[in-house]
Amino acid sequence: MYPIVRKEIFSPTVKLFDIKAPLVAAKAQAGQFFILRADEKGERIPLTIADFDREEGTITAIFQEMGAGTKRLGQLEVGDNILDVVGPLGVPSEIERFDGPVAIVGGGVGIAPIYPIAKALKAAGNEVFAIIGARNKELLFWEEKMASVSSKLIVCTDDGSYGRKGFVTDALKDVYEANSNLNHVWAIGPMPMMRAITNVTRPWGVKTIVSMNPLMMDGTGMCGACRVQVGNETKFACVDGPEFDGHMVDFDLAMKRLSIYKDEEKRALAALEHQHQGGGCGCH
Amino acid sequence: MSLKQRADRQGMPCQDPQVRRHNFQEVALGYTKEQAMEEAGRCLQCKKPKCREGCPVEVLIPDFIQAVADGDFAQAAVLLKEKNALPAICGRVCPQESQCEAKCIVGIKSEPVAIGRLERFVADWEMRQGATLPEQAPRKGKKVAVVGAGPAGLTCAADLAKLGYDVTIFEALHTAGGVLMYGIPEFRLPKDIVEQEIDNLRKLGVEMQFNSVVGKATNVHELLANGYEAVFLGTGAGLPNFMGIPGENLCGVFSANEFLTRTNLMKGYCFPEYQTPVKVGRKVAVLGAGNVAMDAARTALRLGAEEVHIIYRRSEKEMPARAEEIEHAHEEGVQFQLLTSPVEIIGDENGWVKAMKCVRFELGEPDASGRRSPVAIPGSEYIMDIDTVIVSIGTGPNPLATKSVPDLELNRKGNIVADEDGRTSIPGVFAGGDIVTGAATVILAMGAGKKSARAIDEYVMAKTAEKAI
Ligand SMILES: Cc1cc2nc3c(=O)[nH]c(=O)nc-3n(C[C@H](O)[C@H](O)[C@H](O)COP(=O)(O)OP(=O)(O)OC[C@H]3O[C@@H](n4cnc5c(N)ncnc54)[C@H](O)[C@@H]3O)c2cc1C
Ligand SMILES: Cc1cc2nc3c(=O)[nH]c(=O)nc-3n(C[C@H](O)[C@H](O)[C@H](O)COP(=O)(O)OP(=O)(O)OC[C@H]3O[C@@H](n4cnc5c(N)ncnc54)[C@H](O)[C@@H]3O)c2cc1C
Ligand code: SF4
Ligand code: SF4
Ligand code: FES
Repeated sequence: MYPIVRKEIFSPTVKLFDIKAPLVAAKAQAGQFFILRADEKGERIPLTIADFDREEGTITAIFQEMGAGTKRLGQLEVGDNILDVVGPLGVPSEIERFDGPVAIVGGGVGIAPIYPIAKALKAAGNEVFAIIGARNKELLFWEEKMASVSSKLIVCTDDGSYGRKGFVTDALKDVYEANSNLNHVWAIGPMPMMRAITNVTRPWGVKTIVSMNPLMMDGTGMCGACRVQVGNETKFACVDGPEFDGHMVDFDLAMKRLSIYKDEEKRALAALEHQHQGGGCGCH
Repeated sequence: MSLKQRADRQGMPCQDPQVRRHNFQEVALGYTKEQAMEEAGRCLQCKKPKCREGCPVEVLIPDFIQAVADGDFAQAAVLLKEKNALPAICGRVCPQESQCEAKCIVGIKSEPVAIGRLERFVADWEMRQGATLPEQAPRKGKKVAVVGAGPAGLTCAADLAKLGYDVTIFEALHTAGGVLMYGIPEFRLPKDIVEQEIDNLRKLGVEMQFNSVVGKATNVHELLANGYEAVFLGTGAGLPNFMGIPGENLCGVFSANEFLTRTNLMKGYCFPEYQTPVKVGRKVAVLGAGNVAMDAARTALRLGAEEVHIIYRRSEKEMPARAEEIEHAHEEGVQFQLLTSPVEIIGDENGWVKAMKCVRFELGEPDASGRRSPVAIPGSEYIMDIDTVIVSIGTGPNPLATKSVPDLELNRKGNIVADEDGRTSIPGVFAGGDIVTGAATVILAMGAGKKSARAIDEYVMAKTAEKAI
């Protein structure tokens, strides 16, 4: 059992948990994720390790309520237990002291996974330009935390309700104009955002790492649900990634693959609503 | 009695094919007491029982069968368990026709004694009585780590616990059983049977640490440094192969592992009460013809597919699945496209499978081994209307655990190199089951776990004696 020891509500659909999982916290590194199963009947849900505290034995997850699984998760409170937590999974980010500044771009809940990477890059002695963005002010979080691990932070909102109005891609272009010796870019967020960033950086020839979030199940390389096409190769995001060279990833295919269970997800949401009205599914 | 006069083999009562293709309940129902005693009476009680040579763990076959014939099922269970820790499972899933029963002398003139079915009968009978725990040696106060809770790891852990070791199993998934839980479907191996066996392990004092990926949360050298005297690796062959043909990443193409795990382990057939969805279209192609392919095909039918095709490059004779499973699949309406192989999966504008291009084969001249290998017939390409493809062409070793032990010797394919008793290139590290042999069988994995337990005991005892000097 893995108790939730802290909960923070950033917006009606974006929430943070600190979960007690000492063995995961002991080994966690930037760029890695974990998989949880809330209860006996739950799905296995992959989430990034947004932060960790080895002494307290806790890991931090920030999640957006998308479908039935994450909505149910959002209903849990401090003191509730999560049945299963497995991790850390995936290959850690390759952190080194780069020759030239690096840029870190986080969109939406992508701000969560970008934070530990920025922190590690800064700790390794890099000049870190951070750009975070969201649709509106309500969906932004961790501005101060991001500021503490970057040399410069740019905050954007699509609607201009906070910070600079516009997309993170525009902010990145400005950073590049002022720093054409930019060495590496990390971009994490919704797939369309990551694709847009890679399109921007491709002509510059700046290595751009993205973190893929395909459907997953086991997280150990056993099922292949998490297949992504990278160049001519098929990779399993859970064991070969989740970070890949963004210029090589087939985003179009990746986005289509996210919709495999669309119909079922709708049914699950409907069932969740129904349950609130006191119904059951009559499956047994 | 001469061989010719032997009574017919007792048939296995089964659910009707038309009924069972719509449910997940067990297909084979098991012998009644009368049937079991009748069948046991067919055994000749050979002085030099050939059947035992066919069994990888040398079950005391004539002895337990005699006890069944005598109606002393409790004694039969004791005899059976002397060599086989998981008889309820082996009686159901062993490829008996190519092992014990293949060697049975009665099989020369008539059908062989139904050893597997008798084994299952005895194990089920015992479970209903509430199994008694085997004797345990006094605690030794020594720790051993077992990695992977498949049949190899479970058997190794059970034997070590019986010898008095404190055993901890580290398992990546949230439950024990390995392929027995996530791969082999409920209708062939009910999960409560696997759970009972695992419960017995707990009663022996074996600790199970789930959600522990060795190679990530911990690793072999760390375990050895943390007071474990030895480590057994039973991590299986869980990595799915794909064909490498165009279109394989389209929506609607699944590995058999994904399809079966969603259904079995995550109980996708109870969606949405159980929250993991599983998808099956109307027209399903299953690539491959092993046990895994049969399981996937029969699962697809049960989830509501209208048409399910097994696509296999060779002919019926070469299909690697157990005979009984092929027969059951036929009865349930699975269609077999033999001497056929896919060359491309074709998608629609939304990235979903809509068809598959196949090519037909014919059997060529026999090769050096005498096997006629299939050759493609030029110009025989045709299109099959398909909306789901389940790839079931085998699995390889999962490298997560071994990658974290760079000094461990592996073969070219990534399997761990180990001797007969599971000793690897690192003292104190043992391995067995599919991770050593490549995808094989439950009974072989169990046999490997058993031998390793013995070797681990020897190793730890020798080490202790050395220290004492
Ligand atoms: C390595 C990894 C790290 C992740 N880290 C985070 C994180 O830190 N915070 C966070 O909020 N989410 C993260 N995700 C995504 C998260 O796992 C999914 O949003 C979640 O599984 C959706 O489950 P659900 O049952 O609520 O929605 P579902 O009912 O399954 O789906 C609802 C909608 O969400 C989309 N969706 C489903 N799965 C994913 C997915 N894996 N990625 C993106 N969209 C998806 C579907 O297309 C659908 O439109 C991560 C995913 C991966 C693979
Ligand atoms: C669908 C299907 C049907 C089959 N049907 C039959 C049949 O009818 N008859 C038969 O005899 N055989 C059958 N087999 C084959 C048989 O199941 C296997 O040969 C057998 O299970 C191998 O046992 P094992 O203990 O070596 O590995 P597995 O059963 O694969 O167990 C390995 C375990 O190790 C865990 N693991 C892996 N990596 C790690 C890690 N790094 N850290 C921690 N844990 C880890 C896995 O999660 C798993 O639980 C079938 C296989 C499949 C897939
Ligand atoms: S364990 Fe398998 S091979 Fe051995 S006797 Fe039993 S069914 Fe036959
Ligand atoms: S070979 Fe057949 S007849 Fe002989 S002991 Fe074995 S099961 Fe009985
Ligand atoms: S999630 Fe199953 S292989 Fe990656």
